[in-house]
Amino acid sequence: MEIEEVYSRQQIDEAEGRQINELIARSQEPIPDPDDWLDEELKRNVLLTSVDAVLDWARRTSLWPVFCFPACCAFEFMTTAASRFDISRFGMEIVRASPRQADLMITAGTLTWKMAPQVKRIYDQMAEPKWVIAMGACAISGGIFRSSYSVVPGYNRIIPVDVYLPGCPPRPEALLYAIRMIHKKIASRSLIQEGK
Amino acid sequence: MLADYGYVGLLLVVAIFFAVTTLLLPFSLSLPARLAIYSRKFRNYLETRFPFLARFIPPFPSPPKFMQVVPYNPSPVKSSPFECGMETIGRSWVQFNFRYYFYALVFIALDVLVVFLYPWAVQLRGLGFFGFFAVLIFIGIIIIGYLYAWKKKVLEWK
Repeated sequence: MEIEEVYSRQQIDEAEGRQINELIARSQEPIPDPDDWLDEELKRNVLLTSVDAVLDWARRTSLWPVFCFPACCAFEFMTTAASRFDISRFGMEIVRASPRQADLMITAGTLTWKMAPQVKRIYDQMAEPKWVIAMGACAISGGIFRSSYSVVPGYNRIIPVDVYLPGCPPRPEALLYAIRMIHKKIASRSLIQEGK
Repeated sequence: MLADYGYVGLLLVVAIFFAVTTLLLPFSLSLPARLAIYSRKFRNYLETRFPFLARFIPPFPSPPKFMQVVPYNPSPVKSSPFECGMETIGRSWVQFNFRYYFYALVFIALDVLVVFLYPWAVQLRGLGFFGFFAVLIFIGIIIIGYLYAWKKKVLEWK
């Protein structure tokens, strides 16, 4: 008995390739980093500043990372999450498998264009406000695979990146430093004052 | 007695209040941000479809920024029930060969056999001849089923 194939493998491959080529065509220019509030001097007001401080403290001390580890920097993240370096000290104990429950993406490692639509989809579905750490040389610029036709030259081609963390791979201490930097970045943002 | 009913009523009131506030908090806190987005959308709609009317209708005041603490930025991707991974191409009602079902049934029978054989093999000496014959009878029963499946041509893939 012959079972009718609804979509052939070639058709499925072609559909996926079309989607990836569209993404490549759309993301030729890097997305600017979201840092426009960092250099601003706000007109500080005592009441609003203290409300801001509380809100920012609440946001930065309970970050929820999402599972998005396409390559080998993930091992450094595992070490950081485990007992020796222990990121639960910074309030980010559990890595969520669902992007809807997470607001921090630690993008560990090389990203190929084939995987890029999925990573972009995860980022799009994360809860607001969301933050991204580009971890490792490949995440910053494509690393040693930069000239390859199939590797995304930096995550900022597809998603806005908040903190760049160099290293190949970065040590766990470096990742902790990047987490401290993202805490600082969140703390310097005014949530409730006019302007940014 | 009456006082007990009072406590029960109080508990119910507190429980309902707690549940309703917990359920509505994300909605009510993001209400100003929702209002801002909806008013902007309405304004765009008005200006593109009815530009003459839009001149006379004053713009709806957007809620101030300090009320928009909880962000609200919906998008088609974010609101879709499908979470992550590959999106399905075409219909997902694809037919599978029903012979997989027979294979699964035979596998389940032999699976249970393995579960019973392992403890027996570990305590082979201790259980002695009684255990040996018990397992032999058990294997015999399963082999009857296996032979039956063989005779019914389940193992042939045509």
